[in-house]
Amino acid sequence: MSAAKTMFEKVWQAHEVVPETADTPAVIFIDLHLTHEVTSPQAFSLLRERGLRLRRPDLTLATMDHATPTRTEQVFGGAPITIESAAKQIRQLELNCADFGVELLGMQDERRGIVHIIGPELGVTQPGKTIVCGDSHTSTHGAFGALAFGIGTTEVGHVLATQCLLQKKAKTFAVEVDGLLTAGVTPKDLILAIIGKVGVSGGTGHVIEYRGAAIRAMSMEERMTVCNMSIEAGARAGMIAPDETTFAYLADKPRSPKGAAWEAALTRWRALPTDAGAVFDKTVQIDAAALEPMVTYGTNPGMVVPVSGSIPDRRGDPVFDAAMKYMGLNPGEPIGNAPVNVVFVGSCTNGRISDLRAAASVLRGHKVAQGVHMLVVPGSQEVKRQAESEGLHEIFRSAGAEWRESGCSMCLGMNGDTVGKGEYSVSTSNRNFEGRQGVGARTLLASPQTAAASAIRGRVTDPRELLNG
Amino acid sequence: MKISTIRSRTVVMPSTNIDTDQIIPGRFLTTTTKEGLGAQLFADWRYDAAGKAKPDFILNKPESAGCRVLVAGRNVGCGSSREHAPWALLDYGFQAVISTEIADIFRYNSLKNGLLPVVVDDATHAWLLANPGAEVEIDLDSATLKLPGREPVRFPIDPFARYCLMNGVDELGFLLSKDAAIKQYESRLGA
Repeated sequence: MSAAKTMFEKVWQAHEVVPETADTPAVIFIDLHLTHEVTSPQAFSLLRERGLRLRRPDLTLATMDHATPTRTEQVFGGAPITIESAAKQIRQLELNCADFGVELLGMQDERRGIVHIIGPELGVTQPGKTIVCGDSHTSTHGAFGALAFGIGTTEVGHVLATQCLLQKKAKTFAVEVDGLLTAGVTPKDLILAIIGKVGVSGGTGHVIEYRGAAIRAMSMEERMTVCNMSIEAGARAGMIAPDETTFAYLADKPRSPKGAAWEAALTRWRALPTDAGAVFDKTVQIDAAALEPMVTYGTNPGMVVPVSGSIPDRRGDPVFDAAMKYMGLNPGEPIGNAPVNVVFVGSCTNGRISDLRAAASVLRGHKVAQGVHMLVVPGSQEVKRQAESEGLHEIFRSAGAEWRESGCSMCLGMNGDTVGKGEYSVSTSNRNFEGRQGVGARTLLASPQTAAASAIRGRVTDPRELLNG
Repeated sequence: MKISTIRSRTVVMPSTNIDTDQIIPGRFLTTTTKEGLGAQLFADWRYDAAGKAKPDFILNKPESAGCRVLVAGRNVGCGSSREHAPWALLDYGFQAVISTEIADIFRYNSLKNGLLPVVVDDATHAWLLANPGAEVEIDLDSATLKLPGREPVRFPIDPFARYCLMNGVDELGFLLSKDAAIKQYESRLGA
């Protein structure tokens, strides 16, 4: 009888081409390689220099999301892309995909979007797969019970050429989320609370498995929000066991298995969850029922408080002092006093249709406060079409927000969608690092509901005040 | 490139959680090559709004010139997977980064480019922070860090990564040599 295994160990073992030894790392087979314009050009150059070909075009999919414009006239109307180097990078991806035979969902493709949003939409993200991308938020796909992690550009080249990676086996980390989230408290609030608890390096060297009643109760989109920010806790990957919710999501997706292949896949997928009695290297527990909407106040995602709470007073801690100076906020002050200049709803963390519905439900019948600039950027063109069919774009526009084409946009400001120096941004994205959204920008991470409520009031606001009233 | 020993004075940047957005801000990632990124290393800490070097930033001080070893605060390299971070550090002239914790993707990316990630214990780290500009020696063969007037300290390094760094072995070449095993895996699983 074989020993009880975690889901991570099962997926890992199924992909060992050559097992790890004392002297060499394992050779791991990759089932799906997603790629985009920013972290791939130097990898394609490497293949050219070495005279190598793309090994598995059928397991490789490219799109463009980071450097792409979000203004309709630039995406569809032929208006020039403002940043010349971004335009060049996009052209380079088109050239590389044509030269090497990579399927590209390009600028005007109706399936284009943020790489971590379109994988699940297309149904190429599936339980038990190994999935990589030159992007740290590849952890998102772990919501399906895939082993999905971000890689660097050298590794992108390795996968292009060999469909394999050299990897050391990670340790396992169970995050047990008991109880259920209460009304107005979202998976974004949960993952921010988890990062606050374990710290921004608490998951280093580990693969997280999120477990427990609150996780089981979540939709796939909600699970993706949780797994997305595993990297913000230092973990390269986060996983959630596949279940009926997972299978129902995948059943009608364009590239999910069909017919007999679907039945065979279900049999494989049902065997993936962690066995009873399997041991994790590390475990933490968190009570979902006790959580409130959360918001960050500092310059890393672990610096987080309840929206109704106050900034802690940790004067003398250099990390805290530097964050207060950069953020222009005061120890002990209610976070609800923090001003708001910009609100961003979007990103691979919170750019899916349920996120836009949540923001719209708060905004409906309200106006964005005077002086606040609100930008709503759907995570994909599919999300955009769905939102427009439901009239969500009209709710955003009549509230005074801008409605754009899909992309990473203001999450990292590579495409020119930036927050100004010293401005406060309540953002549904994943990183509040110094300068992340623009030079000198001050980012407060929050849920779509909190972002929308903060846009209406012009200061950081608990969305439950508006949802209940 | 083969690496065996690195001898240098240190540059100390004591901030905790130096993330890859600080090492190289996102707006510089629209490049399609690896070259020249050293000019943008730590750009938002290093230059003012007009692009002028800030005299109080450590890399702009004369004593930092020629230093090859960066001592960072705890947990360096967290955040984005951008390999531009080690490319920028190497292009600037750094050969090693020392901290108590080094984020996973940044550590992998560094090893693949010949930037040596060195994880040390709290006491050694505290000494390094307190002695900026110390002349240190990193010996890769014995995986030891030698500090003036102190016992040498061992640091953990993956044996395969060390072998590759010391012998100039390219990991892609190693993977390509496994082609038969990969083919066998593909045909076995119909993958």
